[in-house]
Amino acid sequence: MSKKNFYQDRYTLFFKQMCRIRAFERAAISAKDEGLVLGAIHPSIGQEAAAVGVCENLQKEDILLSTHRGHGHTLSKGADPKAMMLELLGKEGGNCAGKGGSMHIADFGVGMLGANGVVGANINIAVGAAHAIKLKCENNIVVCIFGDGAINRGPFLEGLNWAKVYNLPVLFICEDNAYSATTRSKDTTAGSGPVARALSLGIPAETFDGNDIITVDQATQDYIARVKKSGPHLLHLTTYRLGGHTSTDLASYRPEGEAGGQWSNDPIARCRELLIDDGVSAEQLDKINNGAVAEMLWVYEIARDASFPPAIDAYQDVQNVGNPQTEAF
Amino acid sequence: MKQMTYLEAGREGLAEMMREDKTVWALGEDLGRGGVFGQYHGLQAEFGNERIVDTPISESCILGSAVGAAMMGTRPIVEMRFADFALCAVDELVNQAAKARYMFGGQARVPMVVREPSGMWRSSAAQHSQSLESWYAHIPGLVVVMPSTPADNKSLLMESIRCDDPVVFLEHKGLWDLKGPVDDNTEILPIGKARVAKPGSDVTIVSWSAMFHTSMEAAKGLAEKGINAEVIDLRTLWPWDKKTVYESVHKTGHLVVVHEAVQVGGFGAEIVASVTENVFSDLKSAPLRVAAPRIPISYAPTMENEVRITEDQIIEATLKRVGK
Repeated sequence: MSKKNFYQDRYTLFFKQMCRIRAFERAAISAKDEGLVLGAIHPSIGQEAAAVGVCENLQKEDILLSTHRGHGHTLSKGADPKAMMLELLGKEGGNCAGKGGSMHIADFGVGMLGANGVVGANINIAVGAAHAIKLKCENNIVVCIFGDGAINRGPFLEGLNWAKVYNLPVLFICEDNAYSATTRSKDTTAGSGPVARALSLGIPAETFDGNDIITVDQATQDYIARVKKSGPHLLHLTTYRLGGHTSTDLASYRPEGEAGGQWSNDPIARCRELLIDDGVSAEQLDKINNGAVAEMLWVYEIARDASFPPAIDAYQDVQNVGNPQTEAF
Repeated sequence: MKQMTYLEAGREGLAEMMREDKTVWALGEDLGRGGVFGQYHGLQAEFGNERIVDTPISESCILGSAVGAAMMGTRPIVEMRFADFALCAVDELVNQAAKARYMFGGQARVPMVVREPSGMWRSSAAQHSQSLESWYAHIPGLVVVMPSTPADNKSLLMESIRCDDPVVFLEHKGLWDLKGPVDDNTEILPIGKARVAKPGSDVTIVSWSAMFHTSMEAAKGLAEKGINAEVIDLRTLWPWDKKTVYESVHKTGHLVVVHEAVQVGGFGAEIVASVTENVFSDLKSAPLRVAAPRIPISYAPTMENEVRITEDQIIEATLKRVGK
């Protein structure tokens, strides 16, 4: 990485955002361990550069579709961590009013149209959102993030083909953490992966180091410009899930030492080194990280002390036609 | 009032909505050439290929992309070609479209219409003949509409397009050529309102879609035997018009539900159970279902007819309860 391209302010901000994601997820994991997060959570610890490098390049009006491992994407798109933590704890004031939890987190106010509990299901929804943008002659784009496991689902073929056929403004991000839940993706994937599959459909695609914040940032800027000019593209960002599939998965199926070795490739540590090399003081970076931890502790305490929604709210927002409160039986 | 077919009425309803609302568009296989049955004939010439969209054979993406486009404020009409093919997109309909508003805490609206040509139609066998309406009625978040007449096909399709919920709109393939009066100034027909098509005093026959017409024929046969049946066209399975059915049962004391779908777990079971639970004291006899056996639909007419409900079966079943 040449320093002349290194924008200290920009990557200090990106460092802060990565620290916020990690602090949020660590607070969420603690809350899970205490029994406060009731359902499963899928942390993205180790994958923060992909989230921040991509999402910090989006405008508010750009649309984001994410996955079950979507806390980082959602935070980077501008969602309020307090509302997110409230949602994870199923409390009043959560983004989804306590109806979704971690796997269905969404903040339409910042263009984040949802995580998804079904792997790959967001791909078709994303191309439809892009189709609507095209119909309305708007200039924003759709970014659809999915994992390496999703490329073996049907919507990957159907959605990418669709995006190319209608030349839709969508940037596909394959955030490749090497595991499909608890199985090595390479053991269940034929061919050389998402780039080859995208290229076979005429969708330009490349692989980048998803743990290098500057690489992700620059590739995303380049690809967003290309999407606006000529339709769908795919970025394959390689990374590594430092934890298990869920927060309670000890990931003992991994070869011994694999995760330990990968910690040396931690995107936050790498970003910190780059910033220190560029003259940012360790104290300043520690202060940023401590600030992120404090913010998420505050968020956690608010969520812990908040109330559950009243049971009657279960009947809200089912549908317009027919009143569920009187007709649900 | 002009006469038109069930198919033409649906097409006119869609065209009127597309003229009225620029966010309305349709997508599906072969739509530019009019769709499998001609339901879209001529519409691409009027509205262009960006609003009448020819899609790849990608049911999951046809339905899934419509979910995304609907959440972004457009009103897609999804053509599934045959109801049976919609099963390739169950996740998109059941896990995504039906749930988005709820699981995102009210942030999303999914105003889409999923048109699914349904039912038996000339030896089409097991993968092109099914009536799966009860599956959809079972899913919270979905509206389920099954029109039986040209006028209803037009007005209910228009109302389904106006609706902010995902609507499964099941047109019967056997009714495409059915002619009937359609008003130029289509009145707005609310979703969820049944029609008492033939008033009567002796027995309530509830049905929908093509079976409504078979039930009307059966009512004629019953009249010859001195039985005055009240025939209700339910029109919408969710929400269904309990009030109209209960009032009718209150009057007649007997209930027969007729549907083309398999009897086991069919929507007739829901109607019979609801009547039994809620207005039991109005019943003078045990309610009956006349519906298909739980076997796949065959190709050969002899075996295909084994699952087809006839007016004679309806008459015979009804006479068991109200035979004089």
